[in-house]
Amino acid sequence: MPLLWLTLIVLAIAGAGYVLGRSRALASAGGDSRHLHSLPSYYGANVALKSVVPAIGVMILWLLLQPLYVGSQVSGTIPDSAVAEGSSRSLVMAEVRRTADGLKNAVALGEMTTEFATDPDADLAEVTQSLKDAGQIVTADVTQDILRGAQKYRAMNATGYFVMSGLVILIALAGVFFGLRETQKEFRARNVVEAGLKAILIGAASIAILTTVGIVLSLVFNTLEFFRLYPFMDFFFGTKWAPSFSGRGGASDLGILPLLWGTFYISIVALTVAVPIGLFAAIYLSEYASPRLRAVAKPLLEVLAGIPTIVYGLFALLTVGPLLVKFFGDDGLGWMQSGTAVMTAGLVMGVMLIPFVSSLSDDIINAVPQAMRDGSYGLGATQSETIRQVVLPAALPGIVGAILLAASRAIGETMIVVLGAGAAARLSMNPFDAMTTVTAKIVSQLTGDADFASPEALVAFALGMTLFVLTLGLNVLALYIVRKYREQYE
Amino acid sequence: MNDMRILERKVAANDIKISASNTQVYYGDNHAIKDVSIEIEDKTVTAFIGPSGCGKSTFLRCLNRMNDTIDICRVEGDILLDGEDIYDKRVDPVQLRAKVGMVFQKPNPFPKSIYDNIAYGPRIHGLANSKADLDVIVEKSLRRGAIWDEVKDRLHAPGTGLSGGQQQRLCIARAVATEPEVLLMDEPCSALDPIATAQVEELIDELRVSYSVVIVTHSMQQAARVSQKTAFFHLGNLVEYGDTGQIFTNPKDPRTESYITGRIG
Repeated sequence: MPLLWLTLIVLAIAGAGYVLGRSRALASAGGDSRHLHSLPSYYGANVALKSVVPAIGVMILWLLLQPLYVGSQVSGTIPDSAVAEGSSRSLVMAEVRRTADGLKNAVALGEMTTEFATDPDADLAEVTQSLKDAGQIVTADVTQDILRGAQKYRAMNATGYFVMSGLVILIALAGVFFGLRETQKEFRARNVVEAGLKAILIGAASIAILTTVGIVLSLVFNTLEFFRLYPFMDFFFGTKWAPSFSGRGGASDLGILPLLWGTFYISIVALTVAVPIGLFAAIYLSEYASPRLRAVAKPLLEVLAGIPTIVYGLFALLTVGPLLVKFFGDDGLGWMQSGTAVMTAGLVMGVMLIPFVSSLSDDIINAVPQAMRDGSYGLGATQSETIRQVVLPAALPGIVGAILLAASRAIGETMIVVLGAGAAARLSMNPFDAMTTVTAKIVSQLTGDADFASPEALVAFALGMTLFVLTLGLNVLALYIVRKYREQYE
Repeated sequence: MNDMRILERKVAANDIKISASNTQVYYGDNHAIKDVSIEIEDKTVTAFIGPSGCGKSTFLRCLNRMNDTIDICRVEGDILLDGEDIYDKRVDPVQLRAKVGMVFQKPNPFPKSIYDNIAYGPRIHGLANSKADLDVIVEKSLRRGAIWDEVKDRLHAPGTGLSGGQQQRLCIARAVATEPEVLLMDEPCSALDPIATAQVEELIDELRVSYSVVIVTHSMQQAARVSQKTAFFHLGNLVEYGDTGQIFTNPKDPRTESYITGRIG
């Protein structure tokens, strides 16, 4: 809550700065805005920006750094004797933090007086009991060291926040003062505000990029950690996937090949369904359909893209699977053991990808200049000759790009596989066997209560990294092809 | 313009190739062509001139039913090619367009090789029995398009890589390759520089020997240079049609005179 208040105070200061800056600028021009370099509102915005940006910036920086500083200070005061055998200093610090939060909340709820919460010699049993009464989480009895630590932690944080609030408000006021001082009619407020806006936009863009970098880095480090525990030759070239969880003991086989094979097999089935249907639908919609039909049919087709994949998964599990078993199961051809199979997941995933392929291809076919078609019709070509020999070749690179994008979606799909293809990792040519994919196995390795430092859990990051590299490669290839196509009609 | 030269070029009357009578064209509610009747002669260059939006391109596109590809366009009246109504239900517009070729305002080579651009028409109409036949047709067409010498060494380079003037001559060669009887040209030189324009005009004059050529142009000098007959369109009406020399030296209608002397347009 104090943070919200602090932010509001800073914003109020900036708002006042805006009004003051605006009127000061007008006054410096004798009340006639035509004598100003910029519009009056730019002078106001200049003052407001100069107060908000540094103040909020300092606040964010402080909030990031303070826990680190306070943590290390408090950690230094805890004697080694307080760290129990088999435990670690970071676990004790977690306890300290939890106790500190508990004390704060207990005081806020009125279960504890401020004096009692800050009393270093308070009775430990009494503290524990009153924390429990206040509904706070207490895992073990609070020890003397932990209580001392927690109290120091609280005190330092309180001082920190107090100093921060003062500093931030001071900076905001200084910003207003500084902004007002430079406000006079020759000052180029517009240029300053434009530069400030540009900086804000750059900041937003870099947050997006830095987040991506952060995600990739966390993948990379965890993957490296995994390869320290598990030989990477066995991971990339192992043909057996049999993780054993710590409870059962024994070594795990973590070969990626069965998973990659399942991924590719299901994706190939899906693309075999989606590409012809999607492409033909796109050709019909863009070349043959009347505008009225197109206006209805295209959004309808795109509705397919809006269905959550879990719903497709249900469709696979409850409708497509049993239907396939009826024809290919023991009562029919006898190729299929159960409803969950590569075919089930592949068919349903194909249906999911149809709008993807058709919508993108439709746009690309429409982008082929009408002059190409006119030229072909002018030579006496029929509509289908024109499409086959002029329109499609011209659109082909773009269509290939669309298909590659669809492929990278198929590779990354999870829910349909979990529900439609089963969970057995298997190297088999029979499309009616149950198989599983990389993504489905990532889910199953990380759900459950496996130790997060074990290779069985860390393998998920290696799988994720492999998948990331694969889909990134496909996307880059697709973008490259699409861009090359664009150059053709300059 | 050299009036003497125009008068000298007066040609003997030829057979009628295309005869349109009482043609009306509507784009939705917009009446674009009003009651146009015209007789276009064989082995003659006929120029359509007139200010922008007067309907000359629309009328040109009626002659090979290119307007069929526009949904809201409606054509009434009779247009006869060699005495046959081209808007008759039994006529296949695809076959008609093989007989009445068209060259467009902007060069529009297909994104294929130069060779495949020319071979496209002969292939779809089955004009060649063998690869050798096709080679002969391609060479002959490129020569008639006056572009053979420039591209003979790079027949398999993409047609889109040529310069604007070369592309337009490629498109003319492509239209010639299907052996049409009539060649329609919709402002074929508007995107070209003066040198390329001169080359295309020379080409048009040569094509006259075998085809009936109809050309829409904004340049009155061009109409005077290349055509034997000229039709002046204004606001969807055919105002005046006659020998080019007569239209440019002695127009009968005051509107024609105003246009060619630059007072309306």
